Amino acid sequence: MSIYDKYEVIIGLEVHVQLLTASKLFAPDSAAFGAKPNENTSFITLGHPGTLPCLNEKAVEYAVKMGLALNCPIRAYNYFDRKNYFYPDLPKGYQISQDKKPICGAGFLEIEVGEETKKIRIHHIHMEEDAGKSLHDQSEKYSMIDLNRAGVPLLEIVTEPDMRSAEEASIFLNSIRQLIQYLEVSDGNMEEGSLRCDCNISVRLKGTEPFNNRAEIKNMNSVRFVRKAVEYEFKRQIDLLESGGEMKQETRGFDANRGVTLPQREKEMAHDYRYFPEPDLAPLHLSKAYLEEIRQAMPALPHELRQKFTKEYALSAYDAGILTETKEMAAYFETVVAHCPHAKMVANFMINTVKAYLNDQNISIQEAHIPPQKLAKLIDLVVNDKVNRQAAQKKLFPQFAKDPQQDPEKLAQTLGLVMEKDDNFVLEIIEKVLNQHPDKVKAYKSGKKNLFGMFMGQIMRASGGKIDPKAGKKLLEEKLKE
Amino acid sequence: MKKYTKLTEVQADLKANLLTCQALVKAYLSNIEAKKSLNAFLEVYEEEALEKARLLDEKIQKGENLGRLGGLIIGIKDVLCHKDHKVGAASNMLEGFESLFSATVIEKLLKEDAIIIGRLNCDEFAMGSTNEYSSKGPVLNAYDETKVSGGSSGGSAVAVQADLCLAALGSDTGGSVRQPASFCDVVGFKPTYGRISRHGLIAYASSFDQIGILAHSVEDTALILEVIAGGDNFDSTTSCVDVPAFTEKLQKDEKPIYKFAYFKEALENEGLDSEIRSKIEERLKGLALAGHEVEAVDFPIMEYMVPAYYVMTCAEASSNLSRYDGIHYAYRHQEAKDLQNVYTQTRTNGFGKEVKRRIMLGTFVLSAGFYDAYYTKAQKVRRLVSDETQKLLEKYDFIVSPTTPTTAIGLGELINQDPVTMYLADIYTVQANLVGMPAMSLPLFQHSNGMPFGLQLLANKFEEEKLLRVGLELMK
Repeated sequence: MSIYDKYEVIIGLEVHVQLLTASKLFAPDSAAFGAKPNENTSFITLGHPGTLPCLNEKAVEYAVKMGLALNCPIRAYNYFDRKNYFYPDLPKGYQISQDKKPICGAGFLEIEVGEETKKIRIHHIHMEEDAGKSLHDQSEKYSMIDLNRAGVPLLEIVTEPDMRSAEEASIFLNSIRQLIQYLEVSDGNMEEGSLRCDCNISVRLKGTEPFNNRAEIKNMNSVRFVRKAVEYEFKRQIDLLESGGEMKQETRGFDANRGVTLPQREKEMAHDYRYFPEPDLAPLHLSKAYLEEIRQAMPALPHELRQKFTKEYALSAYDAGILTETKEMAAYFETVVAHCPHAKMVANFMINTVKAYLNDQNISIQEAHIPPQKLAKLIDLVVNDKVNRQAAQKKLFPQFAKDPQQDPEKLAQTLGLVMEKDDNFVLEIIEKVLNQHPDKVKAYKSGKKNLFGMFMGQIMRASGGKIDPKAGKKLLEEKLKE
Repeated sequence: MKKYTKLTEVQADLKANLLTCQALVKAYLSNIEAKKSLNAFLEVYEEEALEKARLLDEKIQKGENLGRLGGLIIGIKDVLCHKDHKVGAASNMLEGFESLFSATVIEKLLKEDAIIIGRLNCDEFAMGSTNEYSSKGPVLNAYDETKVSGGSSGGSAVAVQADLCLAALGSDTGGSVRQPASFCDVVGFKPTYGRISRHGLIAYASSFDQIGILAHSVEDTALILEVIAGGDNFDSTTSCVDVPAFTEKLQKDEKPIYKFAYFKEALENEGLDSEIRSKIEERLKGLALAGHEVEAVDFPIMEYMVPAYYVMTCAEASSNLSRYDGIHYAYRHQEAKDLQNVYTQTRTNGFGKEVKRRIMLGTFVLSAGFYDAYYTKAQKVRRLVSDETQKLLEKYDFIVSPTTPTTAIGLGELINQDPVTMYLADIYTVQANLVGMPAMSLPLFQHSNGMPFGLQLLANKFEEEKLLRVGLELMK
């Protein structure tokens, strides 16, 4: 047994979700990504003398949605605090955040780890404004400041230290990403920084209670990095402890190129943020009616849809999982099923054929512009034995996807894929194939029964997929008995 | 030109063609020039004011009506942002800084044809009670140039006092409008917190700051308030309570019987000048004789008001002034070598002594380990004072007191002393800011030392109309 097996890793996350509001949290400037540096910076974002924050109500709505989705109580009375520290990308010298009374209290998220469901507790969720960006690599002489991001609304989701592996942490993050996409509160695009996280990692001997000091790995913008950072820290901390060292509480950064974590130059020296209630903003009082309105407008969440898909449509948990990966895919599936009530068939077709096509093209289901009614018609052809499944997947669908406005049945006819129901047509082909292989027929008849598959294959190929395999099999069996 | 003390007089003369806006502006400009030694103005908008006057005169010639503030020559405390104009809070920290936008009050003044004649000196970032903490030097009291103007809106008070403009805007965080008004013999009015948008007001302590008005008359105060008050999307702490048409309402001749309360502790205060005390007591008797009810009440928490006020305002100030760090705009110390150095050098050299004192005090009371002992406790005092005041004002119409414990002190008299002595002089004015209620100082008294002093009245939230009405009555 290696020494590493004696330890377990303890992980808590602080996930920063950049909200998809048109404007910033406290200013009318655009919150969009990708503008030229310092383009979205009014005098409010710049923190000029005499400016005041003005709350973007959309951000509050999104925070409430997120809280409801994570089973958190919503604080009807909550307020903002100021977090005071000096940094060049923080124009006011303080960040408006929530400390004492964050909008969402303690909740949880259930994640699927293998066959098991695990509950990850949420400590709280709060709203805050993002800081700007300091760019240290643009010039030899100067650091550059881009304040476009300053003031962009963030939700910070803080978990309890409930995760016990890199796997769990990445499942949790992916589940959060899926949720925020379902709720449409953020695009969850990690590359653009819409979803970032700080990762608190410590290790302890299995079976022991107290937590050791932890390392906080700051500002990671990829699930893969989180996974690597956890794996790296796990080994590093154990090596440290095993060699008699002491683990100190520290902030580290993840170097993606080298796959290691490194101690970080502290952004703020002494961490006394001197939080106090933000006097420029009135406290929020969220009415029952307001909260109820948001609750009513909540979309079905991934776990609810998974449950529905397994129960109502009798899909496997695996299939339900794939079809609910995105809200659009789930909705699309349900529309197709509404027109072609063979849920299992639809699920198979979507997972094996449509998804493969989307992956291949690197597009989303919306971008494919396939009318669900048309796809339903196409799948109907299979259901009604008009086109065989293989042909539908390999020939009909790829042609159809090129111009999804066409009628699938007509297309099947044009492509000659409509199955022949006429026994004579089938028999003709069977005879033709058997005649080509008299020796094999002889061998079959003398006991080599496993040649049957070879005959079927030849027949299907010769028919161009136009034979219903069931009917073909029956006729072939009869013919070989002669 | 004759001395005007009311806008209605100006407007009547304009209408009768006895006066033009240009002549009016020129007259004020020459007064400003003549009384430069008072140091009330930091900048005079000579050309701009004359140009605006010319446009208004054209309007009059064409027979068009001017806005409600047509003919009002007004000065602005150097804490109000005015697009494309310098604004500096009388601090070296903002040397050369020009605002990118105008305060809501500035927009509203201009929309009603007021002419802004310049920006006025004050204590640095509105912190001070004598105007001696301005980086541009003290403002002198026009009654006696060896005396202070009061502060922090000292320039605003003296500008009105010395006839350098008809009215002025100031800001009042703990008495900064009412106290200099008392020292300078003018009306000083601080409305309810949330009545006037703070958008464009350079912050000292956000939950206390309120823009105030200094004028010769209650009538002008009422009209200016009516114009500049009201909800504002830029300031979420403004109230959407309707702004009454004060001027129109005050014209109704009502003579209500009022109930005045005064605090025993206020008049028994050791620091209170005995002559001020006796004159106030006399006045209270007069009010009773005139048929009003006047009652002494106990207010034992009075002694906690100044400490709570300073703890909270310094806390907010320490954060509000963090933005002046030398990174983004205005002053940066030129010899700073690295980031830490930019911060320390800039802030050490950019801020004056009193501002630094308050930043340090505020930083201390918000620090881990001290927060509950100071900030939380001060919050509790604030709540208590608020509840008690509210209770009293359900029974009484006004709480009446002296505005200041003394008349204007001599220049240099307090500035080198224990700052707490100066802070304690705010004893009568901080209550209105702690509780967010409107209060007014009326220039009613003359001390035998030759200096004026005021009477302060405090009313319940959003009862400006009542306050203005009693002001009119008392000024008669």
